[in-house]
Amino acid sequence: MSQEKNSQEKSSQGRLATGRWNASLHDSLFNKGAAGRRGLTFPKWDGDPAAADLDGVLPADTRRAAPADFPALSEPEVMRHFTGLSNLNHHIERGMYPLGSCTMKYNPRVNEQVAGLPGLADLHPDQGPDDIQGLLEALKLLERSLCEITGFAACSLIPAAGAHGEYLGMLVIRALHVANGEPDRDEILIPDSAHGTNPASVVIAGMKPRTIGSRPNGRIDLDVLRAAVSDKTAGIMITNPNTLGLFENDIREISDIIHAAGGRLYMDGANLNAVMGKTRPGDMGFDVVHMNLHKTFSTPHGGGGPGAGPICVTEELAAFLPGPLIVDHGDGTYGLEQLPGWDGAAIHTHFGNVGVCLRALAYILRNGGNGLTRVSECAVLNARYLLARLKDILPVDNAGECMHEFVASGKKWKTEFGVRTLDIAKRMLDYGIHAPTIYFPLIVEEALMVEPTETESRESLDLFVEILHAIRREAAEDPDILKGAPYSTPVGRMDEAQAARQPDLSWLGPCNC
Amino acid sequence: MPYVPHSSEDIRAMLDVIGKKEIGDLFSHLPENVRLGRPLDLADGLTEEEVRRYFRKVASANHGQGELVSFLGGGVYDSIIPAAVDAISSRSEFLTAYTPYQPEVSQGTLQVIYEWQSFICRLTGMEVANASMYDAATALSEALSVALASNRKKAIVLPATVNPRYRRVVKTMMAGEGVTVIDVPAGPAGTIDPAVLAGAITDEVGAVVIPNPNYLGLVEPVDELARVVKDAGAIVVAAVNPVALSLLKTPAEFGAELAVGEAQPFGVNPSWGGPLLGFLACTDQHKRRIPGRIVGRTRDNRGQMGYVLTLQTREQHIRREKATSNICSNQGLNALRATVYLAMLGAGGLQALGEANLTRITALRRRVRDIAGVSLPFPGPVFNETVIRLDKPAAAFCAFARSRGVLAGIPLDGYAGCGPNDLLVAVTEKRTAAEIETLGRLLEEFLSGEPGATEVSA
Amino acid sequence: MVPDDRKYTQEHEWIMIEDGVGTIGVTDFAAGELGDVVFVELPETGSEFSQGDTIGTIESVKAVADLYLPVSGEVIEVNQDVVDTPELVNSDPMDEGWMIKVRLSDTAELDELLDAKAYNELLGG
Repeated sequence: MSQEKNSQEKSSQGRLATGRWNASLHDSLFNKGAAGRRGLTFPKWDGDPAAADLDGVLPADTRRAAPADFPALSEPEVMRHFTGLSNLNHHIERGMYPLGSCTMKYNPRVNEQVAGLPGLADLHPDQGPDDIQGLLEALKLLERSLCEITGFAACSLIPAAGAHGEYLGMLVIRALHVANGEPDRDEILIPDSAHGTNPASVVIAGMKPRTIGSRPNGRIDLDVLRAAVSDKTAGIMITNPNTLGLFENDIREISDIIHAAGGRLYMDGANLNAVMGKTRPGDMGFDVVHMNLHKTFSTPHGGGGPGAGPICVTEELAAFLPGPLIVDHGDGTYGLEQLPGWDGAAIHTHFGNVGVCLRALAYILRNGGNGLTRVSECAVLNARYLLARLKDILPVDNAGECMHEFVASGKKWKTEFGVRTLDIAKRMLDYGIHAPTIYFPLIVEEALMVEPTETESRESLDLFVEILHAIRREAAEDPDILKGAPYSTPVGRMDEAQAARQPDLSWLGPCNC
Repeated sequence: MPYVPHSSEDIRAMLDVIGKKEIGDLFSHLPENVRLGRPLDLADGLTEEEVRRYFRKVASANHGQGELVSFLGGGVYDSIIPAAVDAISSRSEFLTAYTPYQPEVSQGTLQVIYEWQSFICRLTGMEVANASMYDAATALSEALSVALASNRKKAIVLPATVNPRYRRVVKTMMAGEGVTVIDVPAGPAGTIDPAVLAGAITDEVGAVVIPNPNYLGLVEPVDELARVVKDAGAIVVAAVNPVALSLLKTPAEFGAELAVGEAQPFGVNPSWGGPLLGFLACTDQHKRRIPGRIVGRTRDNRGQMGYVLTLQTREQHIRREKATSNICSNQGLNALRATVYLAMLGAGGLQALGEANLTRITALRRRVRDIAGVSLPFPGPVFNETVIRLDKPAAAFCAFARSRGVLAGIPLDGYAGCGPNDLLVAVTEKRTAAEIETLGRLLEEFLSGEPGATEVSA
Repeated sequence: MVPDDRKYTQEHEWIMIEDGVGTIGVTDFAAGELGDVVFVELPETGSEFSQGDTIGTIESVKAVADLYLPVSGEVIEVNQDVVDTPELVNSDPMDEGWMIKVRLSDTAELDELLDAKAYNELLGG
């Protein structure tokens, strides 16, 4: 073997071995520390000493019988515990997260910096408009920016997550129909390729989801649609591009059909990353869209949240937003007002996840219109590049039209090697990347949904391709390698059946003090 | 382009592999009738420094609790946050991590959530807690849905002493489910009268909310109220301040089957009301019905104990239209912050926290009650918040205090039997004796009508 | 080939009749589709249902399936073993993994169900 080839192989192995973990599992926090230790202390009370005599201030029958059993740790122990736990996580700065529909792009740190500024992070929600003029101006700018990006007239920043935005969007559509004297319009059409939150949101808004079969590529069948609309149709919920990463080419016709039937169109904006600056939901004929700020607009996932799911709506639907609404007085000052017809409806204690909104604004300002357009262009470029390089081992239908993500089927790996998509996904963990989304959408067998996002470099994408080729070779030579994977991660496959049969959901042992 | 790595050489090479000439070709399949056809009408992108400049300008046009002395409460509190919280929550490993659907590479996030769940169980006495909800209001609404699903009833009782913002959200969410909401007014003591509550519970009522402390800061007669609810065959859903659980009777002790609340005071910045940190906990029999993610502990295939998302069949991605909740993203990073906070607090700190709050509210009540023009209309026990009644409009006092750098409280404006002269004043462990003294002097000055120059201590 | 000592439904349940009482469970196929069963929710004894009513649920790690009543009647017994040890549904769905016993109110409904041959055809084999 020539030296060159040898070193090439070694460096390839080196790159492929990035999955190695050097972290150990941690004991429970409740087993750590010892009596008398403490991390957080408070300034002493130096006022009226009588106030500190708390005997009898709270009658015995209002008090808990015994204090909560908390551990007692010093600050160094706390820091070591949580830092140690952090070492057990995959994260964006460790490696790629090619999760379809999640848009796991880089989370800019300046966003954290600015959202945490005094004068922003320390505002109490019951402070009046005079104390928050800067905040109102910034949130108004965010509303206007989101309206321009999506092509709508008005915005509500209140929903605290995408699903929350879906719920609000459904409430707004329902309010419109009720105000129009059509309370029997309570059916929302949903293609079977939709995300699970879609039908769930319809139900909790008090309406009825009606599933319509999509074509194998996930696109809506116009004939099926025409047969499904009626005078009970309140609207339709569509993801565009759809959950297979394909643009709904007939969207204007779909919009006409729904509007002609008296309904309204809701867009699940989870895939907005594919189309910024290219097309806008408002121009496609939608009436309302939700955006996921923690997807398209770079706010961090935080291990599950908080995100934010603001909605943008047409002028017609703007009358039904719950508010309060930010009002630009035109003289440099801002206020908060309720709509005259407000009936007391609210979906959040206050104004939603304001801190998340500020991070998204920072991202929009940093990018500008050109930057956001470039984001979508490179999101699609990256996905199509992966598609092209993977087409021999992960064929995808309609590859020529895929946008920022694609859905491959692991069906052939199953028949050829006897390995499932789950096994491929678990083996990827050994190579230092997170698995893509698996088994979604439901209409593709052994689905693998890949969305690289625009912040992955060419080298990172090439590494992903190499990894998949390596895994395929393993599947061909010895499929058991995949079936037993992962090996190098801090834990192996968990016994999920046992976890669900005999749930252990809380640490029950007494603390060390 | 700030965060897109590609050089023009990268783009050229990648387009070659794809077999296209220009990036625009990747979008050529988009139908004509939807193309934007013009640049987005947004300002040009700023550099990072310019973004900072913009936000500094924005922040300086605001006046937060770091600049002003705050006695604002109402569910969101100006608590002390130790530096360790930011240090851990800003770590990339926690900040940028995805939802822990692949447990093998998410044990950090999973163990933290399990520890959060454990802390909430210990505070509330409940047996199971979930990974968080958006806020207490939505948590309360979801808990009520769980209760009604378990006994198949269609009405709830929502007393007037529950936070008015939570009540609005509950009413909105219950409307979608066709649930009847029955109100019960506050009694003359500012709490719920058990006899009045008993009279309000019809056969259709499946759940009753008991707040503790209530919105007016008062400790409710929870034992009597819970007995009334149970005698009527309904479920107690407790809405509690978790800081108060350092000292107050737990929801488990007064017979609740579900408990919710706002855990923002545990290390979460107020940030004008969001993101917050709702918690939802329950007794064992409801665990397969509560919404949200739950982390469980189990073995892996190497025999090690580890953590995993469990009972997932409750959730929307499996149940879809049969799901009872649509929650997907939660407040995970805030739950991490709270867990770090509670670890820093520890057993000793929890006791000290409760006492610090109680001492300061006691001092405040003692200071103001003898001021001419001030009364304490509700003498019952409180934890860290109280109603003070002035002989002038509360809003006017707030404006006056604000002009002197103090956020005096929340005007109660006809809520729960209160009038426009009533003010809800809160303390936290952060308030000093000097600040409380300042509030007292401001009241004296305002109510006596003699303008003075009450010094606001730093 | 499925045993011919009982009848079957489109929803992959089986019912075995003796003296007007039907014992009901899910088939091997259903158990396989579900994966590891983790929880079974069954109705209370004494409750009455009509044919086709949803009377319970079977949960696995990744799926939830409704349990339907193939014939109208009163539930006279539920299998506590399956509630305590849901794994039984996977290990022995056709015998020890039975779920409920129902006293039929209309034996004519049995004619609408599939016999072993018809169910085999449904399975494609």
